Amino acid sequence: MVIGFSLFPFLNTVVLAFTDAKVLGGSHFTGADNFVRMVDDPAFWTAVGNSALYVVGVVPPLVILPLLLAMLVERKLPGITFFRTAFFTPVIASIVVVGLIWTWLLDTRGLVNDVLAALGVLKTPIPFLTDRWLLLVSAMLVTVWKGLGYYMVIYLAALGTVPKDLHEAAQVDGAGWWRRLLSVTLPALRPTMVLVAVLATVAAFRVFSEVYLLAGQAGGPGGADTTLVMLIQQVGTGLSGELGYSSALSLVLFVLTLGLLLATNRLNRREDL
Amino acid sequence: MSRIVGRYALLLLVLVITVGPFLWQLSTSLKGVTEDIYSTPPQLFPLHPTPGNYARVADAVPIWSFALNSLIVASANVLGNCLGASMAGYALARLRFRGRTAATTVFLASLLVPFEAIMVALFLVMRSLHLSNTLAAVVLPGAIGALNVMLMRNAFLALPSAVEEAAVIDGANAWQRFTRIALPSARGTVVVVAVFSFMFSWDDFLWPLIVLSDPAKYTLTIGLSYLQGTFVNDQRLVAAGTMIAVAPLVLLFVAAQKHFFRGVGEGAVKG
Repeated sequence: MVIGFSLFPFLNTVVLAFTDAKVLGGSHFTGADNFVRMVDDPAFWTAVGNSALYVVGVVPPLVILPLLLAMLVERKLPGITFFRTAFFTPVIASIVVVGLIWTWLLDTRGLVNDVLAALGVLKTPIPFLTDRWLLLVSAMLVTVWKGLGYYMVIYLAALGTVPKDLHEAAQVDGAGWWRRLLSVTLPALRPTMVLVAVLATVAAFRVFSEVYLLAGQAGGPGGADTTLVMLIQQVGTGLSGELGYSSALSLVLFVLTLGLLLATNRLNRREDL
Repeated sequence: MSRIVGRYALLLLVLVITVGPFLWQLSTSLKGVTEDIYSTPPQLFPLHPTPGNYARVADAVPIWSFALNSLIVASANVLGNCLGASMAGYALARLRFRGRTAATTVFLASLLVPFEAIMVALFLVMRSLHLSNTLAAVVLPGAIGALNVMLMRNAFLALPSAVEEAAVIDGANAWQRFTRIALPSARGTVVVVAVFSFMFSWDDFLWPLIVLSDPAKYTLTIGLSYLQGTFVNDQRLVAAGTMIAVAPLVLLFVAAQKHFFRGVGEGAVKG
């Protein structure tokens, strides 16, 4: 099963990447032509740029906000289980549902613009879903919103392992909340933060659905918001699908993802010294 | 005292941010055709709540047959993962066979390959099996998830082996040990695998989008994005559709919630 649906397609991707295979029509070995074409393809650079920007925009909030959230729900107060479960709702909802909800919220006539207008903050509505940059920011917002609960649960499990006596000792020494956060909680949670950063980075680089749903399948005005996975999907599917070129793009995606993984791993080890 | 109040105030704020958008969608879906959904300031609660949009969305697209397709896919996925992943996990954890280490490595390595990097080749596999544009093609790649196999393996490894050794002495074969001892002891993880599999395949978007082209085969997620493209002018219908898609998951999650948080610990922490 794993061999049939994971290893074989992977090897096939590597082979196809060096051919001019199409959905209709034959395939010839063309060497590195696909990669040469890629370097000259502005769409490729836009897509890689957008995916990289996505990582930069999404990872810091996804490392920090869920931690604060976990600290907020850690204390056993009455009703806390309700809050924990409720905060998890965006995680279980389908990305399509989430995308449609936010398309409606961020519409020029949607709730967000309405509320801002009613508060007198804005005169004209913000074009969240039509501007090239605002679209990307909106998609990031959706990713962060949907990811909060998931990473919160990971942090919550880790917070339980922070030794209580350290906190008590620090308190006796007169350390305030902020001081204890910096000197006790954060050092104990560092491995978890790295894990969250790795997971969020790899997921963010492979972003597809958020941008597809908010910006449309063409990827925003003039395709300016296309991400790498969207490009693979656009190039490789449909009747005119260019399997060779899209396999070459897939290979780049794989190498870059693996590179990101190794880089974060390395960074982690260096900090250990 | 004031700190407690502050804490609850913050909790409520986050609640509004995380759950509010769902409630706003629910509210929109219940607003009748005559009610202005673009009013400023926004009308938070429908003035005359009506379920009419749920009937209208079914007239516009075959949403119930989309839902049925999703249900078929998700059920097959749950079945495949609960049976397949637990058997494979048990084999990796407890049975001795040639190439066990290699098999484990293969499972781990396949976790490193992002799905998005192989989806085009996977589509070709489905086409050569004459399965493209079928629900079977939607199910197959995820039917035994490598991650689930590893989760089950870790859960089985964490069980004390003494009980099973005793069973061996009593003459129990591998199948009996698996069904009578190991599986019942790891049921928390099985529930997690089941819930995750259901959620994952019910929510999946990219793969069905690639492999399905016939609208009659659409799953709910594909159907919904299609709905948005067709009826973008009537947010009430889109809202009703999203509510139909999200409701079963919320119910499932609330029902399985207890096992869920316990089971996650059972499988993951003792890795």
